[in-house]
Amino acid sequence: MTVPLSIQLQDCAKTFADGTRVLEPLDVQIRAGETLVLLGPSGCGKTTTLRLIAGLEQPDAGGKVLFDGVDVTQQSIEARNVGMVFQSYALFPNMSVAENIGYGLRIRKLAAAAQRERVSEMLEMMRIAPLADRSIDQLSGGQRQRVALARALAVRPRALLLDEPLTALDARLRDTLRVEINQLLRRLAITTIYVTHDQAEAMALGDRIIVMSHGRVAQMGTPHEIYHQPANRYVAGFIGTMNRVQGEHRDGGFACTAGRLRWSAAQASATTELLFRPEDVTLVGSDALADLVGTVTASLYLGDRTRLIIDVDQAQPLTMDCLARNAPPVGQSVRLQVDPLGLLALAA
Amino acid sequence: MHKMRKIRKIRKLFLLQLAFTLAVCAFLIVPVVLSMLAGLTVNYIAGLSSGLTLRWIFEVWDGYRDTIFRSVGIALACLVVTLLLGVPTAYVLARTRNRAARWIEELLVLPIAMPGLATALALIASYGALRGFRTSWGFILVGHVLFTLPFMVRSVLAVLQSIDLKTLEEGAASLGAGFGRRFFDIVLPNCRQGILAGSLMVVTLSMGEFNMTWLLHTPLTKTLPVGLADAYASLRLEVGSAYTLIFFMMIVPLLMAMQTLARPRTTKFIIADDTPVPDAKP
Repeated sequence: MTVPLSIQLQDCAKTFADGTRVLEPLDVQIRAGETLVLLGPSGCGKTTTLRLIAGLEQPDAGGKVLFDGVDVTQQSIEARNVGMVFQSYALFPNMSVAENIGYGLRIRKLAAAAQRERVSEMLEMMRIAPLADRSIDQLSGGQRQRVALARALAVRPRALLLDEPLTALDARLRDTLRVEINQLLRRLAITTIYVTHDQAEAMALGDRIIVMSHGRVAQMGTPHEIYHQPANRYVAGFIGTMNRVQGEHRDGGFACTAGRLRWSAAQASATTELLFRPEDVTLVGSDALADLVGTVTASLYLGDRTRLIIDVDQAQPLTMDCLARNAPPVGQSVRLQVDPLGLLALAA
Repeated sequence: MHKMRKIRKIRKLFLLQLAFTLAVCAFLIVPVVLSMLAGLTVNYIAGLSSGLTLRWIFEVWDGYRDTIFRSVGIALACLVVTLLLGVPTAYVLARTRNRAARWIEELLVLPIAMPGLATALALIASYGALRGFRTSWGFILVGHVLFTLPFMVRSVLAVLQSIDLKTLEEGAASLGAGFGRRFFDIVLPNCRQGILAGSLMVVTLSMGEFNMTWLLHTPLTKTLPVGLADAYASLRLEVGSAYTLIFFMMIVPLLMAMQTLARPRTTKFIIADDTPVPDAKP
């Protein structure tokens, strides 16, 4: 593979012809060889950002896209040498699988033998060699996805851009391909920008994640940072499940309707809401100290664990997980401990 | 007993339907067969007993050969012009999704909705004074292009709108293909069905066009349908019928080709998702 590319977006905003601002001025530095995931709900500007990097859209005046420090803002997508995978795959129906994969090589006027060799290499890599002569409409969704990846990678692009590549697939196939794409990206060490609205995909694939909202960056960080130190309530709510408890700081703790959370003075602030993950909540017996008490209102058996929904006299019930054999029945009153290290006070 | 009666009733209904269908078919086909036979009988008034002959066919061939060649020539020229004008027009209309494009799409149908005579009169009023042009077959060609272009644009546009053209082109561009390459590698092959259907439509319509051509032609630029009208009006019925027979022999294979080529591919089948599972642990 070629030396990985670093990409820089400087002050890149995007306003459409009808005046809608889809992207506020954005500055991002994408490191060589890393996988950056753009995560957010539809309309948050993540696809526009990807298209700016690809060269399919131009930033508003003043915005700049740099590849390895070189300004490529005025370059068309044809000249940027980026591999792109679309949500709908955009495979050419008039060509066979092998012809699709070899199209970029044909454009580059590679010798016929070299083209054949590279195509079969890609077919092997994506494990679709038996499909080489199939036409596109004879392929299943998962197979199309593999062909699209092979086609984008065949030309040894400087960066790989993926726009919701797994969204059109069913859940099981999505899991399989997610693992496979992850291994592929690690092996190739190619700079990758991956757009998705699925937080599980983002967590599994990203070296870093940019959570976007209404055309702005809500947070940028590693999956670990995004999950454990969300910058604000939007990010906290978007990634995983978050419990919220309203109350106030009093007598060295956080007092609320259902009890008192242990909240060290060092953490203390004037916030009226604390957030914590389901995994920071545990059931305790009557002999131990309980932070909160509540009533089980629903119990969802998930096989490896049971998810409990607990009413604690708050706007929003608590969510927690426990082993199936320990699960209390619905209606039972339970005593809970919340790990003080998991408590977060966040800005709105 | 009850069951037997029911079966008899169903069969009676079926026979009735069959008889009706056959009657309708006969009503439509009998004139065609009679006309073709008329072109082959020695004397139509005397009937088939007067014997069969190819004499009338040869007579038409001798007298009207030029109209046949002219019609074929105009139809092919018309095809070339509608391809060169219609395919790019359809492409632009498919890529532009604004109100202006929708208006142009609707306006394109006007030449079909307007009576051919009106179009022809407008052409004569505007360009009739250009003598060289008025007396050439190019004058007829202009009329035919006006009339057939919407069919080409529409059938290509329909195909282009059914595929995700924009994303396909973006995919090709991401692989390094410039506009020219994209147009010839991706756009044209993927609207092949529409181009074929449009082409056959244009050729058959141009070959059979009479309304407009009747006004646009000069004695030296008669087309096949105009010659046919001439033959029926001024010569023996057998000659006109033989003429029709020749027309049939040219147009029927064309229509059959149109039916075959315009049919969408039916070989589509999706194979179950047998993509291999990665061997590494998740």
